[in-house]
Amino acid sequence: MAGADQSKIRNFCIIAHIDHGKSTLADRIIEMTGLLTSREMQSQVLDNMELERERGITIKAQAVRIVYQAKNGEEYIFNLIDTPGHVDFNYEVSRSLAACDGAILVVDAAQGVEAQTLANVYLALDHDLDVMPVINKVDLPSAEPERVIEEIEDVIGIEAMDAPQISAKTGLNVEEVLEQIVEKIPAPEGDPEEPLKALIFDSLYDSYKGVIVFCRIKEGTVKKGTPILMMATGAKAEVVEVGYFGAGQFIPCDELSAGMVGYITASLKNVKDTRVGDTITDASNPCAEPLPGYKKVNPMVYCGMYPADGAKYPDLRDALEKLQLNDASLQFEPETSIALGFGYRCGFLGLLHLEIIQERLEREYNLDLVTTAPGVIYKVHKTNGDVIELTNPSNLPDPSEIEYMEEPMVKAEIMVTSEFIGAIMDLCQERRGIYDGMEYIEETRAVLRYHLPLNEIIYDFFDALKSRSRGYASFDYELDEYVKSDLVKLDILINKEEVDALSFIIHADTAYERGRKMCEKLKEEIPRQLFEIPIQAAIGSKIIARETVKAMRKDVLAKCYGGDITRKRKLLEKQKEGKKRMRQVGSVEIPQKAFMSVLKLDDK
Amino acid sequence: MVWPMRPLELYVHIPFCIRKCQYCDFLSGPSSKEERREYVTELCQKIRTYKKLAGSYHVVSIFIGGGTPSILEAEQITVIFEAIRDTFVVDEGAEITVEMNPGTVTEEKLTAYRQAGINRLSIGLQSTKDEELRILGRIHTYEEFLDTYRLAREKGFGNINVDLMSAIPGQTVEEWVDTLQKAAELRPEHISAYSLIIEEGTPFYETYVRGREGDESFGKAAKEREEADLCAGRLPDEEDERQMYRQTKEILKEYGYHRYEISNYALPGYECRHNLGYWNRTEYLGIGTGAASLMDNKRWDYGEEPMVLSMKEQMEEYMFLGLRKTQGVSKTKFADEFGRGMDTVYGEVLEKMYGMRLMEETDDFVRLTDRGIDVSNTVMCEFLLE
Repeated sequence: MAGADQSKIRNFCIIAHIDHGKSTLADRIIEMTGLLTSREMQSQVLDNMELERERGITIKAQAVRIVYQAKNGEEYIFNLIDTPGHVDFNYEVSRSLAACDGAILVVDAAQGVEAQTLANVYLALDHDLDVMPVINKVDLPSAEPERVIEEIEDVIGIEAMDAPQISAKTGLNVEEVLEQIVEKIPAPEGDPEEPLKALIFDSLYDSYKGVIVFCRIKEGTVKKGTPILMMATGAKAEVVEVGYFGAGQFIPCDELSAGMVGYITASLKNVKDTRVGDTITDASNPCAEPLPGYKKVNPMVYCGMYPADGAKYPDLRDALEKLQLNDASLQFEPETSIALGFGYRCGFLGLLHLEIIQERLEREYNLDLVTTAPGVIYKVHKTNGDVIELTNPSNLPDPSEIEYMEEPMVKAEIMVTSEFIGAIMDLCQERRGIYDGMEYIEETRAVLRYHLPLNEIIYDFFDALKSRSRGYASFDYELDEYVKSDLVKLDILINKEEVDALSFIIHADTAYERGRKMCEKLKEEIPRQLFEIPIQAAIGSKIIARETVKAMRKDVLAKCYGGDITRKRKLLEKQKEGKKRMRQVGSVEIPQKAFMSVLKLDDK
Repeated sequence: MVWPMRPLELYVHIPFCIRKCQYCDFLSGPSSKEERREYVTELCQKIRTYKKLAGSYHVVSIFIGGGTPSILEAEQITVIFEAIRDTFVVDEGAEITVEMNPGTVTEEKLTAYRQAGINRLSIGLQSTKDEELRILGRIHTYEEFLDTYRLAREKGFGNINVDLMSAIPGQTVEEWVDTLQKAAELRPEHISAYSLIIEEGTPFYETYVRGREGDESFGKAAKEREEADLCAGRLPDEEDERQMYRQTKEILKEYGYHRYEISNYALPGYECRHNLGYWNRTEYLGIGTGAASLMDNKRWDYGEEPMVLSMKEQMEEYMFLGLRKTQGVSKTKFADEFGRGMDTVYGEVLEKMYGMRLMEETDDFVRLTDRGIDVSNTVMCEFLLE
């Protein structure tokens, strides 16, 4: 395929709100261009992590090359880049978009435009992509394609009159999508003779090949033996192999030239060297300037992760190291908790990222984890002028040393039908949101804009949003600046002893309510023991809430005769086993799940 | 004959009853005459297969348990004892008990029991309140129990146990005290007073445990029971249940009974030797469906492979079984049996338990305190070794 005619290449992605059918359409396109027969296809080829398929989301960017025989008789090469679909991975999304020349916008014919749709479209437009709308799920009884077309034109402001009306599920009119890709998505540009300039939009670690770098060649040509330089990280290597993306496999080729999408391997051992957004150039003939837009992504959410079985501590380290090989944004460092023993303080891009890592550790590495409440990075300004970036509440300096504290804010856009505006405004109010405006995008729908503290949305904001709008609200946010805030450290005392793993930073106004809820929850979770156990929430030395777990009154078997002894032994063993799985804090045994239960303090 | 012969207890299981009680999770159920006849035949054959083994033992006690063994015909009991005596050497003074329920006992049967050498009866009463008996699904009234009890006395049985049950659904502390007093006034030599355990798989479990967990289908089962007027309200709460337990000891003491095990009370000298054997780890052979055995430090359920008990398991059993006795466990005996001092093995646990006032030490014995009995499972757990 060397030196392929640029005019026959189309590099595009599909953008959509979650569940609008992005992956299904990708599957259908792959199937219809004959890359795989439907029998061979494991549904949703591109989401190839089990977790991705289960959650219906895309976590890592993927790409696939398809050959399409158009009605004009010409053969086209489509490079379809599947982007992560969640705000936690916004930066990755932006880099994937930067690797494309156009985007297919999938909109659900029944649901219409949603907050994430808008956010993604704007992101695509920011990257000068031509956006080509597609109306999906027209086979649903509730489909209103005409209304949705109008909405796309009104709300987004792009031409949608001749948008294909399809059912990705049944394959209806998908052919038309393929034709429109040829017509509407521009062919790539770039000069194969220029110095090499390639954009990294993802990378993954393979134990045989080392790091496999996913890239879009903007200028120049790369082949085996090219000495390459990552312009931001400074890493250097010699290319071992180049190739393109078959369905679920890597297919080597001679060279990749301007306009093409493919992969490079170069015996790199660590994805940290190949950061998403970095520019690859020819070390012997470097380009003058890197591609714009590179930034190093930093974790925004932190929590402690501890193995339920203390002996598994080294296993947890190994697992985190392995995951980090493929995920440069995952950070971790050892920490110790009095209650939970040895573990790691881990940093994530967001709560979804956290949940994914946690699930992968549990499933793929068979680890049983205890996770502490996630928190954001607070800036602590000390009286001596020092500023600490606080990721672990236990490290908060003594109040006398603190001048003031700052917390990160986000700019949030919430799209909601008019009947729920009041409910959502109440929610934002409760979460310390600052109203920033509202626009009606059509008669019955509005976009609400709020400034919200990040720590108010990392717990259960999304769930609360959905439940208060009966699922109709959608939500997107971007990080904003740090602001001064009246923050306190809330401690939990069990039997008068502080449990470090349960401490967290919270706004003074919500501390009381939160403390009360935590005590209530812990009361439910901590089994009765031989003595009465007070559970208290405290700010400094001031107790703000209290519950009591009453002493166990009775735990006795009335009968134990000859035939009962084996059973009695089993019962005692089970009881003892249960105790082993608890964490001893002072003289109190606390079940592992009590630590987790306080993460989900439902509104209702 | 091998010398010396070791003491052995025999347990014979009769898995038949008229009708299952609402709380019962024993291996037992209604049966036909034919089924009972076949069972007894097989039982006797089985007993006789132990001839060789029997040579190393002398039988110190026999317990015919159920089910309701008194459902068997007089003659069936006779043949079972013929088989036992043909096979085993039974001590002259052996304690020989049969379980019975009012409504299944006749003069003829009692006569046969006497002739077979049975010298102790264990009668299921549970309550002196007919309403409570109905709730429990018992087949008899209090009056019918009295008839049986008097008949047994007339026939000369001088060692009778009466089973009672506290914490029955709807029961108040006063009602329980009344049952206790009425029973004690009859002067049986022994009283077993069990706090009701709601066992999985019983109708009570469906009603009082799962029915309350909000599971629709079981909620329905509970509702049906309510409609059939079999639901006598709630189970007594923990506080009432423990008060009933405490009162049992106090009241029976007034009548001269002393508590010698968590649920067992006796006039002096009438402690059940057979049951003490379970807690003292005397060897026993169980015959019949659902019977268990302990011999040569092997435990097994009837028809299953014996499991050898390690030294660790033996020590654990010594503790968690022995501590059921109010006397407690002997340190000297522990050392004799295992060649290690109890303090060496359990010193730390014992100190902890003394500190929490869950256990106490008297001369050679360590035992549970009253508070320790209340939470005895939690205490006994501590005696399982790593």
